[in-house]
Amino acid sequence: MRRTPIIALIILSILFLASCSRETTSEDSVDSDEDLADNIAEVDRNLKLLYWQAPSTLNPYLSSGTKDIEAASIVIEPLAHYDANAKKVPILAERVPTVENGDISEDYRSITWHLRQDIVWSDGTPLTSADVVFSWKYCTHEEAGCTGKDSFRDVEQVVAVDDHTVRIDFTKPAPFPFGPFVGSVSPVLQYQQFKDCLGLRAQECTEANFYPIGTGPFIVDEFRANDTVQYRANPHYREEGRPFFDTVVIKGGGDAASAARAVLQTGEFDYAWNLQVEPEVLANMRNAGRGEVLTAFGSQVERIMVNQTNEDPSLDADTRSVYLNGNNPHPFLSDISVRRALSLAIDRQILVDVGYGIAGQPTCNVIPLPEQYVSTNNEDCKTQNIDEANRILDEAGWIKGSDGIRAKDGVRLSLLYQTSTNSVRQGTQSLIKGMWQQIGVETELRNIDAAVFFGGDPGSPDTLQKFFADVQMYTNNFEGNDPSNYVEGWQCGNVPVPENQWVGPNISRGCSEEFDSLLDTLSETFDVDERVAIIKQLNDIVVQNVWEIPLIHRARVSAKSNTLKGFELNGWDSELWTIAEWYREE
Amino acid sequence: MLKYLSKRLFFAIPTLIVISFVLFALLDLAPNDPTGNLPQTIPQEVREEIRESLGLNKPFHIRYFKWMQQFFVNEPLNLIEEVTGLEIGDSDSRLRVRSWLTRSPVVDLIIERLPQTLWVVGLSYIVGIMIALPIGVISAYKQYSWFDQIGTFISMVGFSVPTFFTGLVMIIIFSVTLSWFPSTYDTTHVVKDLQSLWFQVKQMAMPVMVLAFYNAAQLSRFMRASVLENLNLDYVRTARAKGLRDRSILLKHILRNSMLPVITMIALGVPTIFTGAIITEQVFRVNGIGQLLITGIQSADIPLVQSLSFLFAVLIVTFNLLADVIYGILDPRIRYE
Repeated sequence: MRRTPIIALIILSILFLASCSRETTSEDSVDSDEDLADNIAEVDRNLKLLYWQAPSTLNPYLSSGTKDIEAASIVIEPLAHYDANAKKVPILAERVPTVENGDISEDYRSITWHLRQDIVWSDGTPLTSADVVFSWKYCTHEEAGCTGKDSFRDVEQVVAVDDHTVRIDFTKPAPFPFGPFVGSVSPVLQYQQFKDCLGLRAQECTEANFYPIGTGPFIVDEFRANDTVQYRANPHYREEGRPFFDTVVIKGGGDAASAARAVLQTGEFDYAWNLQVEPEVLANMRNAGRGEVLTAFGSQVERIMVNQTNEDPSLDADTRSVYLNGNNPHPFLSDISVRRALSLAIDRQILVDVGYGIAGQPTCNVIPLPEQYVSTNNEDCKTQNIDEANRILDEAGWIKGSDGIRAKDGVRLSLLYQTSTNSVRQGTQSLIKGMWQQIGVETELRNIDAAVFFGGDPGSPDTLQKFFADVQMYTNNFEGNDPSNYVEGWQCGNVPVPENQWVGPNISRGCSEEFDSLLDTLSETFDVDERVAIIKQLNDIVVQNVWEIPLIHRARVSAKSNTLKGFELNGWDSELWTIAEWYREE
Repeated sequence: MLKYLSKRLFFAIPTLIVISFVLFALLDLAPNDPTGNLPQTIPQEVREEIRESLGLNKPFHIRYFKWMQQFFVNEPLNLIEEVTGLEIGDSDSRLRVRSWLTRSPVVDLIIERLPQTLWVVGLSYIVGIMIALPIGVISAYKQYSWFDQIGTFISMVGFSVPTFFTGLVMIIIFSVTLSWFPSTYDTTHVVKDLQSLWFQVKQMAMPVMVLAFYNAAQLSRFMRASVLENLNLDYVRTARAKGLRDRSILLKHILRNSMLPVITMIALGVPTIFTGAIITEQVFRVNGIGQLLITGIQSADIPLVQSLSFLFAVLIVTFNLLADVIYGILDPRIRYE
């Protein structure tokens, strides 16, 4: 009984060897013409991608993370997307609307998109403006719980002017009207497929959510939630001879380090996504010579938020970390010299070298890209200056006590420093703790599970919005290539407080009249250069007031095999944005 | 026996209800949030709407009873419909238990995951038993021999080295260096001819061996102890005195008696085949039930985690009962009254 599997194994291995040798003999006997054909056929036309966070749905509007949006982006597409330089490229539209070509109205209250005439869905039916209008209705339905709803901010209505023209009207002048339908976060869904899935029904349309009909280069063949997605080439794809690959597989599961190994060391996969792995581990794997590690910078900045309100645990729920119109200042972080000293004491280059490698660069701005928005006024933070930091603190009257910790009027410089649980973040935390010790600041470290910290559940005390700590660290960025909405976040009115269920993007609770009035000017300014200048100033206010301490400009890190060509990584949109152009060369 | 069985079954029902309540309460108290993995660019207002659409803002007892109704009434009805093809009542508007992560029915997800878990974890259990029993018996019979010493050493290693470590070592040896086996498991692979069967064998080899090693280490120690206990008992001495050969004493008398507790152990371990192996499944990307559970936990997918853990509870209660019954059948001395 126990012998049968062994015998089966032996038989199997003989059969396997036999089949291998048959293949080699057949190759010897072909003439040169067939040889060439064979060569083309021999190139593996199956593309294998590894997303260690597996896609859970292929409807980006119901996604639970970036992974779903990426996996869907090769099937369903927006009107335009961002290229690697953060420029808008039309996909389903004829051209990118501008004021010059008349597609954006003079008062910036509406934008018109002209759809390409030749686009068909993968089921053969043409794409029309009805699909675009429907996608807006689908996502903005109150009961839908649509992830991409913020793209439709201030949209009053989306109108089908004719079959291939769509006009989007805004409730107020929109200097940046490219929220809706630009970038993979807000693609166009097929009306025919999703028409019965509005509002709460969206949850029940499993078939449509898993197998969306799209205009992209691939069609979903099989979807296994949180595991594997199989695609095949779309025969109706708009570009002749594309895509080059016949099938695509996205496999999920495991962790980032083993995903990197599967591309760089074992060569089982062609590409692996999102590899936040310690730089020396990645460098080791790269030495195997099977693939390369790629980075692309977008707008992600790892930063330390400095709490401007008093977070004393002894305070009651209505007071702790609550802004109270500025009447609840932090006992020592409200002192600008302390905040400046904290920033000066940090050696950002060391943080990069230890935790990020090629995946990060020191930065002193909260807007690190696109190039024209980057301020050059804050570069001095890139060099650590402990002496200067000590001098500032001495001058401000913070005197070192016998325990080496500075204090003034009985207030000790002792911080609670929280972040999400992640080995790179914990490494950064302990490095910074050491640096702050050198200027007489005591630091207590704390880490919170990411799903809790970023979850924003108003019932939990550990969310980044409640900010029950003195400083906290995480990465923030903005959607698309325009930081207009992002800078609005630091308005005084955007502070999270109990009254608004702790909703609001002004996490550090920094507030200044100068900032708010500049923001008002911005909303009335439509000249591009002037807007850029104002946004730079806003960036400077945030950084120079040290409401936030920018640390590292983070890149996306991915790995690809050496045989995969035509690949271009993108920090602004789906990493699979050029998948139709990818090909293999052995 | 029947009376005993019906009594046990009757008590299992309140036990399971209490378990389901405790599970739900625990999950509800857990502080993570289903919107936690969304990109930072998504504002709080939108997150609130997502929570609303998932029904997360309803009071605890309503959510619990809704789950109970969906799980105990709607899902079984749906299953009956699917198997028999009949339509019972208004099946279109019947709400099913849906995962928050995928917005698809939890039962469908579980059915999709079962094959790979049963293949890998089930096979490793069988392989583990086949390795463990002979090793256990021989090491006990030849106590303190070199075989016993080596066996003890190996099972101590298997016992104390975690599977994520042995898994990684195996990947580095057999995938990276030797390239014999794939380091990831292809769940979509279909066995249709010998070549595809060979591929299936290759992709199962590492996860099965890692788990089998772990299972065997535990079980062989247990088997050894059980045989040792019997070796010095009176009936063995009697058998020897009768002039029976060592071989038949060991195989006919000792083995049968010492297998009793081991079989109970094996039966009690069967639910773990269905619960999957969370760590090993992650390491080799087998993406079975264990991986489903852990992704559910990480993304605060309460309906998924609740349903899965409840099913595990049912399995454990059932197999506990089954182990008792088997014990009674195998050992006529035991009577349940």
